[in-house]
Order: sequence, then C-alpha cells, then structure tokens
Amino acid sequence: MRRAIVVVCFFAVLIALWQAATMSGRWSPVLLPPPLAVGDYIWESLRDGTLIDAALVTLRRLFIGYAIGIAIGLPLGLAVSTSQYLEDTIGSLALGLQTLPSVCWVPLALLWFGQTEAAMLFVVVMGTLWSVVLATSAGARTIPPIYARAARTMGAEGLDKWTRVILPASLPFVVSGMKQGWAFAWRSLMAAEIFVTILTGFGLGHLLQYGRELSAMDQVIGVMVAIVLIGLVADKLLFSPWERFVHRRWGTGLL
Amino acid sequence: MTAGAGNDKLIVEGVSKWFRSPRATVQALDGMNLRVGEGEFVCLVGPSGCGKTTLLDIMAGLTKPDEGRVIADGEVVEGPGRHRLVMFQEPALFPWLSVFGNVMFGLKRKPGLSNAERRDIAESHLRLVGLEKFKKSFVHELSGGMKQRVALARSLAPDPQVLLMDEPFGALDAITREQLYQDMQAICRERRKTIIFVTHNVREAVCLGDRVFILSPSPGRIREEFRISLPRPRDINSPELAVIAQRITQALKVYLIASRDAAA
Repeated sequence: MRRAIVVVCFFAVLIALWQAATMSGRWSPVLLPPPLAVGDYIWESLRDGTLIDAALVTLRRLFIGYAIGIAIGLPLGLAVSTSQYLEDTIGSLALGLQTLPSVCWVPLALLWFGQTEAAMLFVVVMGTLWSVVLATSAGARTIPPIYARAARTMGAEGLDKWTRVILPASLPFVVSGMKQGWAFAWRSLMAAEIFVTILTGFGLGHLLQYGRELSAMDQVIGVMVAIVLIGLVADKLLFSPWERFVHRRWGTGLL
Repeated sequence: MTAGAGNDKLIVEGVSKWFRSPRATVQALDGMNLRVGEGEFVCLVGPSGCGKTTLLDIMAGLTKPDEGRVIADGEVVEGPGRHRLVMFQEPALFPWLSVFGNVMFGLKRKPGLSNAERRDIAESHLRLVGLEKFKKSFVHELSGGMKQRVALARSLAPDPQVLLMDEPFGALDAITREQLYQDMQAICRERRKTIIFVTHNVREAVCLGDRVFILSPSPGRIREEFRISLPRPRDINSPELAVIAQRITQALKVYLIASRDAAA
C-alpha cells in the first residue's frame, strides 16, 4: 500500500511540474501542451478508436515478429552454446548483427518486400533474433557442468537432459534474453513504422509520425505515453511472472 | 586381493588415463586395480592430484579410461547409468525443482514403478535424512549440510547398486560433518549399500570405511590397503580411530615424498 502511494505521488509531482512549466509561459503551448490537452487527446482518440486500432495493428506485428524471433533464437542460442564451431560462426554473426541498429534493416526490407506487412515483420524478427541468440547461448554456457553430470548419472540423456536440465538451468538467462529481445522488437518496430507507410495497417508509429506532420504536439506526446504504458504493461504481464519464478527458486534478487 | 570374483560388485582392471593438452600430456592414473565386494564401504584417500576424482568419474562412466576397464555386476561400464549413482562434493541439486522434486528426479527415470510408489520412496528417503518437513522448500533455502542430505536422499532413492561419493562432506563445517558421519553409518547399517568414497581426510576414511586404500599422485597409483576392523558405530574423535588414522597418514607421507622425489 505504501509502495502504491509513493508511486502515485511520484507521478503526480511529475505531472504538476509539467503543468507548472506550461503555465510559466516560457514555452509556446504548440511545443509544450499542458498535461490536460494531452489527456484530452488520449481520451478522444480512445473514444473514436484511432488509438486502440493503431495499438492493435502494432501489437499484432510485434507479437508475430517476436514469436518468430524467439522460436528461431532460443534453439539457435542453445545450439551455439554447445559447439565452438557454431560459436565462432553463428555466434559472431549474431554479435555483429546485434550491434547493427535495427532501423538499418528498413531500407533492405523495403527493397525486398515492398511496403508490406512482411517488411515490418522482417525488421522485428531481425531486431529480436540476434539478442535472443546471444543471451541464450551466453546463459547456457554458464550453467554449472555438474548439473549435466549429475543428470547423466541419474539416467537423463539426450532430449530428456536438454528439456529437463539444460533448458530449466538456463532459465534465468533465457528470461533476460527474452526480455531484451522484447525491448529490441519494440524499438525496431517503432523505427520501421515511423519510416514506412504501410497501407495494410496504421500503427502507433504512423500515428506518431502524423502528429509530427500536423504539428499536433498533444498527439505526439499522447502516442508516446501510450507506447510507454504498453511497454510497462507488457513487462508486468509477460516477464514479471517468470522473473518471480526464477527469483523464488534460485533465491536471487531478494530485496 | 580380497573377496572372490563371484561376489565382486565392482572391479577396476588396469585402468590408466592421460590428459592431453596442446602443451603437455599428463598421466593421471597408472594401472589401477580395485575390487569392491557387495555391501562393502571402500574409501580412497590421497592428496589432491592423485586422480581419485578421475577414477570415480571412470567408475561412474562419465569418463572413458585410456587403458583397462571397469566391470560393474559382471558388465563392462560403457557410460553413465542409474545403477551407479554419484554424489559430488557440491550438492549439484537443481534449483528449479523443490527438495521433493530433486529426490524424484532419479526415481522418475527408474522404470517399473508407479508414480505413487515413486512418491512413497521419495518421502521415505527424505525421512531417512531427517528432512521430511522441507520437502516443499527450494534449494537456496537450505543450509550446506541440509543440501548434502538432500543430495544423499536423491542418490539413495533410486536404490543404486553402487554409490560413488566424491568428497561429499568436504565443503561442510566440522560439526555438520560429524553429524553426517553418524547418519551415514546408520543408513549403511540399515541398508547394506556398496559404497566407494573418495576423500583427502584420513580420519573420515577410517571412520566410515571397511577398507581404506591410499593413493599417491602424479601419476595416480593405488599404494596400500588397510582393513579397518573397529566396531561400529565409530566415533571420529575416539583415540582408537586416531591411532589408525595416524598410521595411515604416516604411510601416505612416505609415498608422497617418494613420488615427489621421483618427479624431481
């Protein structure tokens, strides 16, 4: 309860400061609209459905691209952790491509796929995949070898060993890898949506970009707030349960 | 050596092992021979580098010998298997499973049991090591001694024919260790297990073993065998035990100096 009060007070103070800044008259309201104007925009666009529709379009792309990235990245990362050859080849490829800002995939995606959903998904997958591969393989490499040895003497070999020992043992790293992958997917999709107009769907990034073109600062800030909130909610819903599971069992991160 | 070939549970025949690195080849084990009878408690004692852990790995089937072979129950050991369980120096418990889940891990892989039977066996082994109240706990919530007790329950539960123990009490404090010596002896009295126990603690070996073998390093060789006929249960602090331990330590030192001189 006390924690909730602290959180509410913190954000109340933040909004009050913002309100004070707009009331000081030092900045034009076109560049810095008051919090209520942004609130109005969010309320109106929720009511007429533009914000919800755009969010749904964006989330659909995000989930599909992220799922593909995880489905390829997890097994690939585990495989990379088992072999020096794969580490030298796939591992360095992943490292190199992970340092490439994912917005750099946009021109290539446009030329290959045109202004289609496929181009969007491609950028998201490329943004997700490599960080998942790196986090998973780094995680699986740090598993104490004694786990595998103990498992083998108890009769766990092959697939049984992988699914019942190696994968759960690397869970702490897999979870942080998936979380990192999610953050990268989110960033790359926003970059792609801001850059490219796709006729099949109008996402949050497009809404943001249109706000800029219309010099509608309440829309720009309102969409940004929506993006931040979606990110927070996704973190709480998707990753917090897993993190709690890991903390409880491994005894880590106990505050 | 001792028991007739008929009831030998585990035989080590001329086992040698080399470790090769790009810079040097080091011989870890040199022609080791050992026969362990059914229900016997055999201790291998030696300083670090005498290859006792390597030998245990080979007996477990986790490492292949370069020469010689290990025969368990009349069959040549080709790989690890449920019949020879290992208890390591670290507990090696799985943090993602509860205490109960850890004890069940080996049992689930043992065929011919119903799930209800498996659960009963796991519970009875947790009672055996005095941890039935902690079955739902997670590994990080246990003390070092409790973790090793869980590891012991986990190794005993699938009823392996041979239990291989690699300095299982080495990382524990003296008080916890002494309690576990009592527990081990009680458990061994209750169910005659064949146990091969590796340690560098001579008193521990004398306290637990029917026979104690001393090993010397570089390369690892079995040097001498001592039969311990003290009555059980034994107290690690008893003067009789200290006398025997003293004699074995003396012999160990002689071999250590000899192998050092040979290396020089």
